[in-house]
Amino acid sequence: MGPIATALSRLYGTRGWIVLGAFAVALFVVLPLLSLAVPAGHPLHLSQYWVTLAGKIMCYAIVALAMDLVWGYAGILSLGHGLFFALGGYAMGMYLMRQIGREGQYQADLPDFMVFLDWKAYPWQWWNTDQFWWAALLVVLVPGLLAFVFGYFAFRSRVKGVYFSIITQALTFAAMLLFFRNATGFGGNNGFTDFKRILGFAITTPETRMALFAATGAALIGTLLVGRWLVTSKFGRVMMAIRDAEQRVAFCGYNTVHYKLFIWTLSAVLCGIAGALYVPQVGIINPSEMSPANSIEIAIWVAVGGRGTLTGAIVGAGLVNGAKSFFTQAFPEYWLYVLGLLFILVTLFMPQGVVGVVRRWRTRT
Amino acid sequence: MKPSEPLLLRQVAAPGPEQEPAARYTHPVVPGEVDLSHGAILYLEDISVSFDGFRALNRLSLMIEVGELRCVIGPNGAGKTTMMDVVTGRTRPDSGTCYFGQTIDLTRLTEAEIAHAGIGRKFQKPTIFEHHTAFENLELAMKADKRVRRTLFARLAGEERDRIAETLQLIRLAESADRVAGLLSHGQKQWLEIGMLLVQEPKLLLLDEPVAGMSDEETERTGELFLALAGSHSLVVVEHDMAFIERIARKVTVLHEGAVIAEGPMAQVQNDPKVVEVYLGR
Repeated sequence: MGPIATALSRLYGTRGWIVLGAFAVALFVVLPLLSLAVPAGHPLHLSQYWVTLAGKIMCYAIVALAMDLVWGYAGILSLGHGLFFALGGYAMGMYLMRQIGREGQYQADLPDFMVFLDWKAYPWQWWNTDQFWWAALLVVLVPGLLAFVFGYFAFRSRVKGVYFSIITQALTFAAMLLFFRNATGFGGNNGFTDFKRILGFAITTPETRMALFAATGAALIGTLLVGRWLVTSKFGRVMMAIRDAEQRVAFCGYNTVHYKLFIWTLSAVLCGIAGALYVPQVGIINPSEMSPANSIEIAIWVAVGGRGTLTGAIVGAGLVNGAKSFFTQAFPEYWLYVLGLLFILVTLFMPQGVVGVVRRWRTRT
Repeated sequence: MKPSEPLLLRQVAAPGPEQEPAARYTHPVVPGEVDLSHGAILYLEDISVSFDGFRALNRLSLMIEVGELRCVIGPNGAGKTTMMDVVTGRTRPDSGTCYFGQTIDLTRLTEAEIAHAGIGRKFQKPTIFEHHTAFENLELAMKADKRVRRTLFARLAGEERDRIAETLQLIRLAESADRVAGLLSHGQKQWLEIGMLLVQEPKLLLLDEPVAGMSDEETERTGELFLALAGSHSLVVVEHDMAFIERIARKVTVLHEGAVIAEGPMAQVQNDPKVVEVYLGR
């Protein structure tokens, strides 16, 4: 076996790669054909609604993977991951606002909300955001830097467990209040919406939508492979050892602060990327993305799917959000009850999540 | 090993500016290396530690020589575990000095840095990585560059695999190499933790109740192992099992209320009136 084959077999066995390959074919060949080549009205045609929904859920799946890396593998429960997701979304949103140009309601050079507030020029945060590369850089840097600085102080001061979770919750809540203010310069409680173009292409055409969908699929597969590579490396084993017995790891000579900081920052960056892919597909970003409840939901996806397995994170994000889009249409007032009940049932009866149940069922037969 | 700055502070602060560094020392100071030129590997001097007014250590002084096997005994609450906490950086002393070799001030280093400098510790309750296999436990403990960047791309070399296999043989876990450590028996866990210490290649081993929960046969073999290690390593063993102490002890230190009350060969210490009083005939 060559070195590449060895590296690949470390990530997944033959069956795993076949499943992943089939998933990729479905994402990049079958679904685009069903959406673009099959005419509307044909029973096999895939409508815009489903493309957007699937794209949205794949963004959530990336967030779930990021959450699983810090929670399932390193034992750090974050209840503020929605913040990193929203920051990535806002960075992309600024670029999309600049792409509107003079096509807004007021047909002005500035975005509508700035005209409404009677601002004459872009505030400093908007510097260079008409450049896609700069916005893309912000998508990575802003969540990454915030997570790095926050994590550095928290981990160095040995803030752990539920205390850490509560602080992350407070962080996202504080950020939400900040973004609600008009003076912060990001559109206040309305946020950004009414996007027209991305990279010069009209954002609502089926082709652009499909391209965004495919980009999200590629990002999801990339995140999965990077995550898998991480957890099968020695780094991954150190990370799990920190989760189980941090003091012992320190006495073995590992600086656990550096390890936690690395995975924490990486996780935040992944969330930022997911947020940046999410905003052009759903067409809106506002401070409610930073609400504490959103971040708690992320933890529920991972718990439902199965902590400590990457497949579980994706399955959990898919199941819970699939159920959510069904319930919020069929019985909108009951969704929160269903979510709460789901969380309680999973915690009580399926501590390893759906993946754990499937595994147990498999070993029994 | 990466030179870490705190190790040098003591030298930098002391001498006058006009002297050349070489002139100040009769032997070279290598950063990160333990300087054993004076025959001692661990010095504790006047160490005091208080927790909420309770004096866990009360001006404790202790010196361990290179290659020595020292047994530390004492009733519950005498400060044995706290002493190990101070040496491994888990607890900072309120006052006093704590040196590893001639030059390394342990009170300035983190737990990880102390481990790197060459001090390994076995806890009272066996702490191993329960969800990792026995092999992986040793892999993680093994001496290596333990920074994030290197760990991401680390792959086991052939000789490292051999070293792990050898150690598994030594601690009689060769058949359980791929077993999840949480499923091992209590005695096997104790041995695994000792194995983790050995692959770390420490110069000084601190062993907190290493034979607790072991069968007689396992205890016997542990004693043999420690005696074999002494000489090439320095060992500090804290135990309650007096039969075990009698078998391996050369020099015994008795702690009581955070201070040393007697020190010497086992027979001499056992007849010391102060020790008898503390143990009340036990």
